[in-house]
Amino acid sequence: MKVLLSWLKEFAPDIDGDPISLGERLSQLGLAVEEMSILGEGLGGVVVGRILDLRPHPDAERIQLVDVDLGDGSATQICCGAFNMAVGDCVPVATVGSVLPDGMEISQRKLRGQVSNGMCCSPAELGLGEDHDGIMILPMGDNTPTAGMPITEALGMQRDILWDLEINANRPDAMSVAGVARDLAASLGIPFTYPDYDFRENGVLSSSLATVEIADPTLCGRFVVRVASGVTMGESPSWIQNRLLNLGMRPINNVVDISNYVMLELGQPNHTYDLAKVPEGHLSIRRASEGEVITTLDGEERILVSTDGVIANLQGKGIGIAGVMGGFSTEISETTKDVLIEVAWWDPPSISRTVKRLNLMSEASMRFRRGADYGDNLERSLTRIANLLSDGGAEITSGMVEDTGDLPSREAIKVRIDKINGLLGTDLPAKNMKSYLGSIGFAASVKKGDLAVTIPTWRWDTETETDIAEEVARIFGYENINRTVPRGTSPGSLSQYQKNRRRVREILVGFGCDETMPMPFLAPGDLRSAGLPEEAISLTNPLVHEESLLRTSLLPGQLKVISYNQSHRVNDLRLFEIGHIFLPSLDDAILPDEREHLSVALVNAHVSEVVDLLYALGSELAFPNLQLIPEAPAGMHPARSSEVTVAGKICGYIGEIDPRVLQSYEVDGRVAWLELNLGKVLSGPLGRRSYRGISKYPSSDVDLAFDVPSSVRSATIIECIRKAGSDLLLNVRLFDSYSGESIEEGRRSLAYRLRFQATDRTLTDDEVAVMRASCIDLVEEKTDARLRV
Amino acid sequence: MSDYQKLVEKARSAAALAQNTEELSGARTDFLGKKSVLSEAKKQLGLLPEGERAAAGRDLNEIRKLIEETFTDRETAIQDEIWGLQFEAERLDISERLESLRRGHLHLITQARDHLEDVFVGMGFTVAEGPEVETAWYNFEALNIPDWHPARGNFDTIFVDLGDPEEVMLRSHTSPVQVRTMEKHEPPIYIVAPGRTFRTDSADATHLPAFNQIEGLVVDNGITMGDLAGTIDSFVQAFFGSEVKSRLRPSYFPFTEPSAEFDISRPDGSWLELGGCGMVHPNVLLNCGIDPEEWQGFAFGFGIDRLVAMRYGLDDIRELVINDARFLRQF
Repeated sequence: MKVLLSWLKEFAPDIDGDPISLGERLSQLGLAVEEMSILGEGLGGVVVGRILDLRPHPDAERIQLVDVDLGDGSATQICCGAFNMAVGDCVPVATVGSVLPDGMEISQRKLRGQVSNGMCCSPAELGLGEDHDGIMILPMGDNTPTAGMPITEALGMQRDILWDLEINANRPDAMSVAGVARDLAASLGIPFTYPDYDFRENGVLSSSLATVEIADPTLCGRFVVRVASGVTMGESPSWIQNRLLNLGMRPINNVVDISNYVMLELGQPNHTYDLAKVPEGHLSIRRASEGEVITTLDGEERILVSTDGVIANLQGKGIGIAGVMGGFSTEISETTKDVLIEVAWWDPPSISRTVKRLNLMSEASMRFRRGADYGDNLERSLTRIANLLSDGGAEITSGMVEDTGDLPSREAIKVRIDKINGLLGTDLPAKNMKSYLGSIGFAASVKKGDLAVTIPTWRWDTETETDIAEEVARIFGYENINRTVPRGTSPGSLSQYQKNRRRVREILVGFGCDETMPMPFLAPGDLRSAGLPEEAISLTNPLVHEESLLRTSLLPGQLKVISYNQSHRVNDLRLFEIGHIFLPSLDDAILPDEREHLSVALVNAHVSEVVDLLYALGSELAFPNLQLIPEAPAGMHPARSSEVTVAGKICGYIGEIDPRVLQSYEVDGRVAWLELNLGKVLSGPLGRRSYRGISKYPSSDVDLAFDVPSSVRSATIIECIRKAGSDLLLNVRLFDSYSGESIEEGRRSLAYRLRFQATDRTLTDDEVAVMRASCIDLVEEKTDARLRV
Repeated sequence: MSDYQKLVEKARSAAALAQNTEELSGARTDFLGKKSVLSEAKKQLGLLPEGERAAAGRDLNEIRKLIEETFTDRETAIQDEIWGLQFEAERLDISERLESLRRGHLHLITQARDHLEDVFVGMGFTVAEGPEVETAWYNFEALNIPDWHPARGNFDTIFVDLGDPEEVMLRSHTSPVQVRTMEKHEPPIYIVAPGRTFRTDSADATHLPAFNQIEGLVVDNGITMGDLAGTIDSFVQAFFGSEVKSRLRPSYFPFTEPSAEFDISRPDGSWLELGGCGMVHPNVLLNCGIDPEEWQGFAFGFGIDRLVAMRYGLDDIRELVINDARFLRQF
């Protein structure tokens, strides 16, 4: 909502102060200033130009040549990219040497060989509203502009302050100049009053020309009309046009402009009908029938449902969508003589549902859905419209015609002083609260230590004690509340899961991995390209087709990251990610089976590196019984991958990514990959690391090399050695894997170093020899491996 | 010069002449061995008159000590020379970095999130988490945003094809975690909930459809708006520095009443809007099974991505999801 200082002062003449501190005051009231501009400055070099001639540019289709009279009677040539003006129009011209409010300097230029001596301006270029669409055509009304006149004079512009305010959804009242003035006046402690709006009634009873009927009282609380007759259609006065432009609305004609002007001024949306197009001036209010069609003002056909509200004519035919948009059939036109003016209060949830379903947001519906004023403001707005129309020469009928439906309760609510102070952390006496509330129209009386508060009709959203607490705090000033810090009884901490997750990150960083965080969306086909099952949850309203699925694995996203980096010549990639994946819902759950996964991608690293990394995590966090199960998972190299089990349950997979998958993601080289269901592993029971005494006695090493067929896994051999070595085997590790000369095709030599040690004695050579023999025996018995001699 | 002094001089030149340990060892035997002049002189001591014997013995010992020192010094010198040659032969330019070892980097969002968590843990909070896909109950209804409420439109929600239309969605804020926590735990509650959130914002320099928020919730006996302002203040000083001030401004959120935006001060004295906060709306407490007459609470929340962008001068927030390694390795 934009407001002008001069307009605010029509309601609170005593407003005083510099623009910055007034803006600060507005922000402190919850009407945050998004932008402030000073009007009427920076337009020194802009004058009225009268268009003498319009000619096509000989060498450019999108530019025309404009001859303007800048007051000296001669033609000055300007090149202009807009085509909305006609010979005889008066337009603002920024002359050579002037600087516009946005800082643009105007100089003599040549455009495709033609000289341009200045610039014709749009309203936006003058700092008047946001209209960039064409050159501003000056109104020829009361203040007829003459060529060469300063633009500020031609537009009747005075120095003024324009604030653009962010209005919260609970403040429909502040979507008006008057509402903002009321708050500001209360905060400044100065009076706020509505001006008197004068006009003369013509003696013809409104009720003789119009009748209204609310058929559905749950839809409409009040519906009030009166008639202006003998209206002369035309432009509205320039001061109205200027204010509309300043507040961001485009002037249309006098009737529509006045309607908009009053909505901005008093916050009451209103609608004007061409009375001649409303049979017998009868309007009735009902819900729509399912599938009912209404053509709205914008010429669109709207199909309604039974929860929508409709304004119908005498024949029962819908001629407007209640509170959202008027109908095409009764629109004001150039030939309109008599105008039926309507103001109403609509049930906010009803309007809100229609707005959302039809996606039809308008200045009017925005106010109605937040809850407009259902009190005197309706009559006040009708009176103001009548006042402005009668200033323009229209006759206003006598009295108003009204029907009423259900209205919000106006009963005073009980507000406990203690509760307010207890909520705010203040110690305000009742009389202060009463006066804060009174200043913004909340009538409060003190009753047995409590307040009875009547909520004003313009605060539909306000209904409870805590709502009242906010109003008290707002006027008291949030900045005046004493600051305290509460202390809970228990100390803060991370959960074990969160600590372990951080530990995982630290370990991976220690291994030289960089953490990535791609977005969790996938394109259709991403999963297939990654060799993964294609079933995935889709988004109803994705931003783009490429981001329309929720990932079921971290693989596709990380492959895209690798491909992106390789295409930017970064190849030494070691990456990890911790993020959520989304699998189809389990059983009858509504929500997906959402899991936290860990992935590690080592580009051009030997697959054993990622296995070492998994075991490092496993040993640091004590994964119980970490195992690799030779089972080729989807998306992985069939002969270089395994499933990972922890505590006997499958928790992920590891190995090299299938080179065909890499190809379809345009990834070069090989990628070693690990993906773990981190949530499952870290929340399952983890082992404990406990002290194991270090023996004081010497240890003995034994090296064993086996000739092993490719079908036998090293893990199996180690398992046999461990079993045979029993407690005396301190550790065993593979130190060489060799295939080639002297080894048969399809076999390889695996060499292990076994270290034996007892805790209570030095092992004798004989003992070690026995252990060695039993290790060899068990390996040869259980597998097809043979000791190399 | 006495004979002894001459002997010492001779030993000194012999030691100096020795070029390696073998030569030195030979020279040493010549002067200190069993057949050396000194050893012979010692044997002759018994022949001297008794009155001179002690003095002569002392002299001999002194000479022997001097000669031994000579050889020891020379020994050390020769060893140093040998080490020196070896060191020179092994000379390496250690500025020839092969850069084979590199530490990894935590994502900036993780770094910021960890930092925020640590500050709040220090203030007595625990860290709560929740799912990224939520139902309308958790994302809206329990938070006092009924289906017709205009505020729903402001969330620009991304819906998911599950359940009834608009029943399941990517959470548009971290506030559902508040509801989940209150449903599960009795007050007192002191939590922060960091996490990923989603809106239908097309990615540009200042927007992402997937971004990160952190949310705080306190529910306890007699919690006031003064507590809220004080908590925000403590957090701001701990996170941004003790010179940074905070302020609350009236605002509107359906789930808090009174509601506020909170700003932090910039060095030039202007204010920067950081997030939203307020006293937990009684309807929200009721929806979670907490009696608003017995308990009061406050909540606050703000975006992590923008904080990161501010702190590191990021002019395009899309860097946070592109994952260019050259970006990731800068921090």
